[in-house]
Amino acid sequence: MLKVSQVRKVFNEGTVNEKIALQRIDLHLAPGDFVTVIGSNGAGKSTLMNVISGGIIPDQGQITIDGKEVTKLGEHQRASLIGRVFQDPTAGTAPNMTIEENLAIALGRGAGRRFALGVNKQKRELFREQLRLLDQGLEDRLKTKVGFLSGGQRQALSLLMATFTKPKILLLDEHTAALDPKRAQLIVDLTEKVVEQNKLTTLMVTHNMEQALNMGNRLLMLHNGTIILDIPQEQKKQMSTQDLLRAFEQARGGEAFAEDRYILT
Amino acid sequence: MGFAFNGAIEQGLLFAIMALGVYLTFRILNFPDMTVDGSFALGGALAAKLIIEGTNPLLATLLAMVAGAVAGIFTGVLSTKGKINGLLAGILTMIALYSINLRIMEQANLPLLREDTLYTMVKGWELPDLAIAGTTLLSGEALVFLLLVAVVIALVVWFLHTDFGLDLRATGDNPTMIRSFGANTDGTTIMGLAIANAMVAASGSLVAQYQGFADVGMGIGMIVIGLASVIVGEVLFGSSTILRAAIAVVLGSVVYRLVIMLALQAGLEASDMKLITAVIVIIALTLPNVLKGVWKKTTQTKGGGTHA
Ligand SMILES: Nc1ncnc2c1ncn2[C@@H]1O[C@H](COP(=O)(O)OP(=O)(O)OP(=O)(O)O)[C@@H](O)[C@H]1O
Ligand SMILES: [Mg+2]
Repeated sequence: MLKVSQVRKVFNEGTVNEKIALQRIDLHLAPGDFVTVIGSNGAGKSTLMNVISGGIIPDQGQITIDGKEVTKLGEHQRASLIGRVFQDPTAGTAPNMTIEENLAIALGRGAGRRFALGVNKQKRELFREQLRLLDQGLEDRLKTKVGFLSGGQRQALSLLMATFTKPKILLLDEHTAALDPKRAQLIVDLTEKVVEQNKLTTLMVTHNMEQALNMGNRLLMLHNGTIILDIPQEQKKQMSTQDLLRAFEQARGGEAFAEDRYILT
Repeated sequence: MGFAFNGAIEQGLLFAIMALGVYLTFRILNFPDMTVDGSFALGGALAAKLIIEGTNPLLATLLAMVAGAVAGIFTGVLSTKGKINGLLAGILTMIALYSINLRIMEQANLPLLREDTLYTMVKGWELPDLAIAGTTLLSGEALVFLLLVAVVIALVVWFLHTDFGLDLRATGDNPTMIRSFGANTDGTTIMGLAIANAMVAASGSLVAQYQGFADVGMGIGMIVIGLASVIVGEVLFGSSTILRAAIAVVLGSVVYRLVIMLALQAGLEASDMKLITAVIVIIALTLPNVLKGVWKKTTQTKGGGTHA
C-alpha cells in the first residue's frame, strides 16, 4: 500500500545548519497495516510524515502509494490518497468556517472542485450521521464555527474529516499530544474505531510508549533519521515499555533513551 | 441637503462593488491586495476609452472587468509563483497599471460628455424617486444601483458557498488544511484575486460613467476607501455570516459616503477627504478595542490560525 524506498532528506545542505532529517528510509506497509512510530525529538518522524504527504519533497528515493508513484507530486496532487491529522488541534480545520462547511471540504477531496453549493440537504444528513459516531453532540451544531469547539472536539472532527473519503494512507502525527488525558483517550478510542471500520493503512506518530505498544500491529522506532527498530505484531504484544527501552538501548549499542517527554507508564 | 444626500447614496452603492472586492481579498482570502488602486482606474480608463470609440457601454464595462481580472491574476502569479510578498506584488501591479492606464487613455482625463453610457441609459428610464412625505429617500437611479448591488451580493454569497468558494475561504482561513484536502492554494489565491479585481474594475467603470469622465488618478486611495467601507460596515452591522458581512460592507460604503458628505458640508475641502478617510479607518479600527477595554479589561484573543 505504501512503499518508501531509500528516502533521504537533508535540510540546509552544505551550510553550518545542515541537518540530516532522514538518512535512508526503507519502509513498506501492507494494506490494513496500522503502524505506530516512536522516537526522540528531532528523530525525523514528522519529516517522514511530510515526505509521504508531499509537504516536503525528498532529496533522494521514491514514494509509492497504492501502486502510484508520488515522490514529486505536490501536496494537493496526492491529497486524494492521504488523510492527515496534525498535532495542533487548530491545524486540521478552518476555524472561521462552520462544521458542515469543513466537512463539505473533506467530502470534496479528490472529487474535483465544482461550482455547486458545497452543502446541501443530502450531505447534511450524511454529516449528521457521521458526527453522531463521534459522540460529541456535534451533529446538532452543524452551523457552529469550528473556532468555537474545544481542542478535543476539533481533533475528533479532524479525524472524521481525514478519514471521510477512506484515504489509502492515514497519517497521524502526535494527534493526541495537545489534549488532556481524558480527551486524548477519547481520540485514541475513536482512532481505533475509525481505522478498524475503514480498514485504513495507518502511520501514527506518538510520544506515548504505552499507546505505541497497545495500538496497531507494528511498531517502528526512529533515531537520527533511521528506523532502528521494527517490531512486528507478535513480539509487540508481549512487550512492556521497559522491554521497549531495553530494545532501544541494544539497537543503539548501549545509549540510553534520553527523553523526558516520553510517557512510560 | 437632499441633492447631496442622493449623490452620497448613489456613490456609496457604486463604490460598494469595489468594497466587496476588497472584502473578498482582505477578509476572505486574507491577502492584503494593493492592486485595487490600479484596477479601479483601469476599469474606468478602459470603459471610457471603449465607450468613446463607440463600443456598447455594457460590453465596455464587461471588458473592463476582464482587464481587472487580468490585473488580479498578475498580482496572484507574482505572489504565488514568483514568491513575491503579497503586499509588494499588489503594489507592483498597481504602479505598473498607472502607466498602462495612461497608455489606454492617452491623456490624463477622458470626458464622457454626450456619450451614451450605462448611466445615461438608466437616467433615460426616468424612474420615479422613492419618496416618503415629500423627502426623497432614494432617487430612481439609486434604486437601479441598489438592485445591481443586491444581485452582486447574491452572486458573491452564492459563490462563497459553492465547493470552490469553500476552498477559497479555507485558503484564507487555514491554507495547510485545505492543501491537505487537495485544493491548490496557488490556484484559489489567483482566482480570488481575479474575481475581486474584476469587481473593482467594474466599480471603476461604473463610477467613470456615473461621473461622466475617467481620470488617471481616480483610483488613488481606493484601497483605503474600500477598507474603510469593510471595517466601518463590520463594526456597525456585524459579520457573523457571509451574507451579513456582504450587506455590512455595502452599508459601510454608503455610510462612508455620507460621512464624507457631512464633512464637506461642515466646510472641509474636497482635498481634505483623504485625511478624513484615514481618520475614519483609524477610528473604526481602534474604537472596538477601546470600547472593549472600557467594558472589561480583557485582552482580545483571536481563535484559530494558520500553521506551517
Ligand atoms: N523545515 C526544516 N528546516 C530545517 N530543519 C528542519 C526542518 N524540519 C525539520 N528539521 C530538522 O530535521 C530534524 C527532524 O525533524 P522532525 O520534525 O522530523 O523530528 P520529529 O521526529 O518529528 O521530532 P519531534 O518529536 O520533536 O516532533 C530535526 O533536527 C529538525 O530540527
Ligand atoms: Mg514531530
